[in-house]
Amino acid sequence: MTTTADQTATAATRYVPEEPGFWSRLAYRWPVKLVILAIVIIWVIPTVGVLISSFRPQDAVNSTGWWTVFANLGSNEWTFSNYTDVLSSEGFGNAFLNSLSVTIPATVIPITIAAFAAYGFAWMEFPGRQWLFVLVVALLVIPIQMSLIPLLRLYTTIDLNGTFPALWLAHTGFGLPLAVYLLRNYIGSLPSSMMESASIDGATHFETFTRLVVPLSVPVLASFAIFQFLWVWNDLLVALVFLGGEADVRVVTLALNNLNGSRGEAWHLLTAGAFITMALPLAVFLSLQRYFVRGLTAGSVKG
Amino acid sequence: MTDRTSFDAEQTDVSDPGGPVSVPYKGPGPNFTTQLLRIGVSVAVPLIAFGILYWAGTVVLDENANRVLVVFVALIIGVFGVFALFYAMDWVTNRMPERYAHYVRPFVFVGPALVLLGVFLLYPAVVTFRLSLQDANGEGFVGIDNYIEIFTDSGTLEALRNSVLWVIVVPALAVSIGLAFAVLSDKLGSKGEAISKSFIFMPMAISFVGASIVWRFIYNFRPEGFGDQIGLLNGIWAGLGNAPVAWLLQEPWNNFYLMVILVWLQVGFAMVILSAGIKSVPDDVLEAARIDGANEFQVFWQVIIPMIAPTLVVVLTTIVITVWKVFDIVFVMTSGEFGTSVVAERMVTEFFTFGNEGRGAALAVFLLIAIIPLMVLNVRRFREQEAQR
Repeated sequence: MTTTADQTATAATRYVPEEPGFWSRLAYRWPVKLVILAIVIIWVIPTVGVLISSFRPQDAVNSTGWWTVFANLGSNEWTFSNYTDVLSSEGFGNAFLNSLSVTIPATVIPITIAAFAAYGFAWMEFPGRQWLFVLVVALLVIPIQMSLIPLLRLYTTIDLNGTFPALWLAHTGFGLPLAVYLLRNYIGSLPSSMMESASIDGATHFETFTRLVVPLSVPVLASFAIFQFLWVWNDLLVALVFLGGEADVRVVTLALNNLNGSRGEAWHLLTAGAFITMALPLAVFLSLQRYFVRGLTAGSVKG
Repeated sequence: MTDRTSFDAEQTDVSDPGGPVSVPYKGPGPNFTTQLLRIGVSVAVPLIAFGILYWAGTVVLDENANRVLVVFVALIIGVFGVFALFYAMDWVTNRMPERYAHYVRPFVFVGPALVLLGVFLLYPAVVTFRLSLQDANGEGFVGIDNYIEIFTDSGTLEALRNSVLWVIVVPALAVSIGLAFAVLSDKLGSKGEAISKSFIFMPMAISFVGASIVWRFIYNFRPEGFGDQIGLLNGIWAGLGNAPVAWLLQEPWNNFYLMVILVWLQVGFAMVILSAGIKSVPDDVLEAARIDGANEFQVFWQVIIPMIAPTLVVVLTTIVITVWKVFDIVFVMTSGEFGTSVVAERMVTEFFTFGNEGRGAALAVFLLIAIIPLMVLNVRRFREQEAQR
């Protein structure tokens, strides 16, 4: 690296913004490209290994490393049977639908409730408006671990353990502080002249909210929706505690965890199961990358 | 604007911080009935919603229900149900005499959120704190015994030691690699930069469980004489002529092998935020430094780093918070055995495996205390940024 630094130093002393001579550009660019390529390869290899293994027959997965497929590209056998096995006999098909049933309401409910609250905090007058909002922000610090034991007891008394509503409500509660906070910041920064003219035109708060504020807030709502969707989909802890691993209700993360526990060396199944678990988040990532980045970066402080 | 911890990109630059729309209302003030109605509308939405969810989730969608139907009903309830409840509440409020409706209406909007926060965060936090002062069965009062045990019991001490290690190593590595990658990829063409960044960021979409399986495969070990190594690391290691190693059993190094997984997941986050920070450093500042004779190395350390320091702090604190709460990775990889337990994982183990409610609660309180200062720092930074806009 020292040579690179020296090269660029000489280039910089006779600094020409448009054309840093051919040789210095070459000397400067190639090491950078190589380092980046190396990091990218290291980052991608783990996932590639899983993907390749999930399409190899059981015998092949267990007898040779997945990287050997590159040595004899023509003579490899490929199969979908790992996926059909995992989806049917290991219950990942059901788990995938269960995950959807958990995740969709657990995403939409907190956003709806938080958007109403954010509008109320930003544009309505009531006693305690400021300190109630400060309280909501303060709740950001409470880690989920603080809620597990009392909520489990509460759920036990009302017989809610092991049901989807248990998870919908829990994820709603856990997601609310961040959602209210972020949406309040966004909705509060909409121009007040707009709100006033809506009010002069006779719009009620409810109409202002649904016809004006919600359409204007689509980007922030989408970002938070994606963040919350991924958070719930990828969650293991909350599902483990309130839903449990029974076959009829378990979600993909629990199914994968159970498979890992019961058949920890069945790599042909584990790799396929892992990929089924990842497929939807990765699809979301690839198609909605812009919103995804903003949602994740904003939501990364979630408790 | 130095980073993107907020949804600021779409926002127009509005100096007005926002505030209540002043509705000219000169009627009588709130009275006792008003307060009752306020509480009523706040509680009504969550309560009715709970009733419907309970009915939908347990009666209609029992174990034998068709899975596609389950998804469908969940979708309908999630998308329309809650909104319809708010609509109904607003309708009811509008039918009240205005002397009540005026005061009650805001609570139609904020009430449900406040009630849910109370039930799912505030109330449990208080109960957990109380439990942390009680014995294993959550009955007799034992004072701070649980906290003393945390710092004396060898099992929890090990979890504490490991968590501290995680908190030092993971953020340091994630931020260093993320920063290096952000700086280097900045020097590529815009297309190369975007593509290479998405590869690094991609693991962030993967669940901790999924990532753990991915890396268990990497660390896979077979004793010599039991066939070829199928784990990549042992494949390389054995290929170099060494005896294969059971990586996850090597105390204390196995802790670091687990940390690698979280670094793999978090570098993308650090990289994206730091990259936005680096790009916000004005070009003329960099040019001025170069014209003054600074080399790229000096530009990086003496211009870029000081200018993105606030962003660096946010990224570090955010990752530290994530690290304190890491549970899934340890749970899936080793179940906290072989000297790898961490606080958040130990909390679950104490409670669910050992049935020790008091100690589990005390560990949760410990996590809360560890996180509070970091979160305060982050929120304060966020507010400063909002104020600057």
